[in-house]
Amino acid sequence: MAVVSVLRKACAVNPLKMSQPIGGALAFMGLDNCMPVLHGSQGCTAFGLVLFVRHFREAIPLQTTAMNEVTTIMGGIDNIEQAILNIVKRAKPAIIGICSTGLTETKGDDVDGYLKLIRKKHPELDTLPIVYVSTPDYKDAFQDGWANAVTRIVQQLVEPAPKKIQNQVNILAGSHLSPGDIDEIREIVEDFGLSPIVLPDLSGSLDGHVPEDFSPTTLGGTKVDAVRSMGQSVVTLVLGEHMLSAAVEIGIKAEVPYTVFDRLLGLEANDRFIAFLSEVSGKPVPLKYRRQRSQLVDAMLDGHFFFGGKKIAIGAEPDLLWAISSLLAEMGCEIAVAVTTTLSPMLEKIPAKEVLVGDLEDMEMRAKGCDLLITHSHGRQMAERLAIPFLRMGLPIFDRLGAGHKLGVGYRGTRDLIFEIGNLFLANAHEAGPDTWAPLQEGGSGNGAQAAAH
Amino acid sequence: MAGLTTKVQEVFDEPGCDKNQGKSEKERKKGCTKQLQPGAAAGGCAFDGAKIALQPITDVAHLVHGPIACEGNSWDNRGAKSSGSRLYRTGFTTDINETDVVYGGEKRLFKAIKEILDKYDPPAVFVYQTCVTALIGDDIDALCKAASEKFGKPIIPVNAPGFVGSKNLGNKLAGEALLDHVIGTEEPEYTTPYDINIIGEYNLAGELWQVKPLLDELGVRILSCISGDARYHEVASSHRAKAAMMVCSKAMINIARKMDERYDIPFFEGSFYGISDMSDSLRQIAQLLVQKGAGPDLLERTENLIAREEARAWEMMAPYRERLAGKRVLLITGGVKSWSVVAALQEVGIEIVGTSVKKSTKEDKERIKELMGEDAHMFDDMTPREMYAMLKDARADIMLSGGRSQFIALKAKMPWLDINQERHHAYAGYDGMVALVREIDKALYNPVWEQARKPAPWEAAWQS
Repeated sequence: MAVVSVLRKACAVNPLKMSQPIGGALAFMGLDNCMPVLHGSQGCTAFGLVLFVRHFREAIPLQTTAMNEVTTIMGGIDNIEQAILNIVKRAKPAIIGICSTGLTETKGDDVDGYLKLIRKKHPELDTLPIVYVSTPDYKDAFQDGWANAVTRIVQQLVEPAPKKIQNQVNILAGSHLSPGDIDEIREIVEDFGLSPIVLPDLSGSLDGHVPEDFSPTTLGGTKVDAVRSMGQSVVTLVLGEHMLSAAVEIGIKAEVPYTVFDRLLGLEANDRFIAFLSEVSGKPVPLKYRRQRSQLVDAMLDGHFFFGGKKIAIGAEPDLLWAISSLLAEMGCEIAVAVTTTLSPMLEKIPAKEVLVGDLEDMEMRAKGCDLLITHSHGRQMAERLAIPFLRMGLPIFDRLGAGHKLGVGYRGTRDLIFEIGNLFLANAHEAGPDTWAPLQEGGSGNGAQAAAH
Repeated sequence: MAGLTTKVQEVFDEPGCDKNQGKSEKERKKGCTKQLQPGAAAGGCAFDGAKIALQPITDVAHLVHGPIACEGNSWDNRGAKSSGSRLYRTGFTTDINETDVVYGGEKRLFKAIKEILDKYDPPAVFVYQTCVTALIGDDIDALCKAASEKFGKPIIPVNAPGFVGSKNLGNKLAGEALLDHVIGTEEPEYTTPYDINIIGEYNLAGELWQVKPLLDELGVRILSCISGDARYHEVASSHRAKAAMMVCSKAMINIARKMDERYDIPFFEGSFYGISDMSDSLRQIAQLLVQKGAGPDLLERTENLIAREEARAWEMMAPYRERLAGKRVLLITGGVKSWSVVAALQEVGIEIVGTSVKKSTKEDKERIKELMGEDAHMFDDMTPREMYAMLKDARADIMLSGGRSQFIALKAKMPWLDINQERHHAYAGYDGMVALVREIDKALYNPVWEQARKPAPWEAAWQS
């Protein structure tokens, strides 16, 4: 049980947090043939675009309504109309997703109202779904923007369906899951003979593949029709607590029950998931997963020597923080520092004394003496200053390859992550020297030796 | 905001810009940025431009006053290098919340400045205005003035909220902030007849350091680079330079011109990209300094150095000339880089099959025509699909562009080279040109292309 504190300082230093609109935009990128748009100044889009390009190393479809000083004050209806018409003309998307920004929210643009007027004026847009989500930059964080966008997508698209398809299940994927994670989850679910609809599905759009032709919109991802048919599923699997409101929404619209899996990292968490799939499908657990489970148990046994008693500092969005801190605590580590971006019901469950809603400066100030730092790539300066091993997790990861394929789910993913982290501990093990056990001198040469060994 | 509007008008009305002076009074009022097209726009905002221009000042705190997006989504993402302080890579933002939006963010900003001074003690704090805080009426000019007085440190307002315009406008507004609040406020420890300013060079990937050793050898001192690898004190005392070089085309012409007017520092427009451009720049630096009273032997020493360095560079590039002759490059970049890189590539026999001129000035376009001939393929607005088609059809062998468009080339299984601000290689000066040629060669001749382009065996069988 952690105490959750929100730091009261005026200046955020080395931000951990990213803003809601780009979280929303990334969720839209998990839809097939979609063009996400930020309703704001063109810089809002440019920053988000550069960030995702550097993380995924993929072309990123993201447009802007290009608001300026005058249009902001007059209201952005013309800009939204032009943006939609231009995008339809140039990119022919199957769906457009619009996120508001701090700028247009401060002005108070009524985008839902604008869209009604635009639709009246342009009947040719009747068949094009346009989903709008309110995501002010000055409120909440990336994970919230993602969750809000998915909630709006299902609210608008999912159709009521009295008849269910027996083996069809919905998977609502949180923003902490990589394209590689989604691939793994889909494979597991399909191995039980189930047919999953994953929303959002970054595994099709941002998994780094070389397509046959050029497309200005997303390539792959959840098809609009698939989203519409989510009401026919027998159950919704909620992967990450922040996807709960979208699951509730599907429940309201189409009476689909849901089950929350707040993490898929760790032995027990995956046991629960696999047992549930077995129950829903009525099929025994395939041999493949019995073997994978056994391998994970073995990895835990091999690894625990190096994890026990290690002090870890983590900076991550709530659901990722929950997943990784739980795994490490289960391996015998002490979560010495836990910093996050936004409030969430998961925070008080984090296995740490305190969880801070703060920034990387807060993390750095508290992380001295820790054995491992875990956060996104922006932790690199801190890791260098503190000379502590550093594992990159979360988004953005711009100074390593393969961020999109990083695996952090399932028995197999947990096993490999245990090896990866265990190897960091091994590579940085303190070797004993003749003075290791010498009594501390005034001014501490013992301290110096320890610091150098890090 | 009235102050800002006047400033924007003033910046647009740039007597140093020929393009501007060729316009009618009414056209001039409209400014020099094209109206952006919603749904079909790309590129950064004025705030982005201001940050690009000033962030390379290494020892000051750069504080972004706005919601988390402006700094949280973009910090520490540019390649400007420092030989000293790394404070410029620390992200500072007021991260304003809903309450601030309702009640105003000035109190938080004031406290944030105090927190930074207490914790990091920088020689100055640069405060960047953003859209939301501009819209709610936070007066950063007045606040910075009050904070400077209260804390006894320069607190510099940079009034370039994103929604006033493009990156280029932001560059210029950043220049105005330096002119209004920084340049001329301190004195150098000493001066020499060989002191110059380099304006509009950001030391990306350490490019300034490809040039500085040559200047050192000539005894020419960079009093201040604005703003690559700069210290606050250097910029503040830059008004004592004898001459200046303006590097990044028109981006910071206002600084160069106004420093000429105010402090009698003559300037020329030059480039460090390409061998002949580099040599011309060294020559012009020497000439301006001699005109201003430096010993005339500088001219001869410069010529000797140029002769030595050119010979060395050509010798190093010789092995590549044969391999690169006739290779066709598609060059997608903005403004200044277009013509300076065109010239540089032609020097090794590479053919430019097209270049984008979206961000180029009329003058830039003239230069390109001079270099590439009248039938130069200049694209005002080439869509990604067109670029893709051009590469896929092998009408070009390699694309040089910024990071965002790299995948257009890579997905067409064609080589690509980063020549934008996030790039990892330095291409300035003689050594830089050799590096650029080497990188192009590495990209073109990497064995991956052959394998990557081959279809899978079962697809080949199916086709035949």
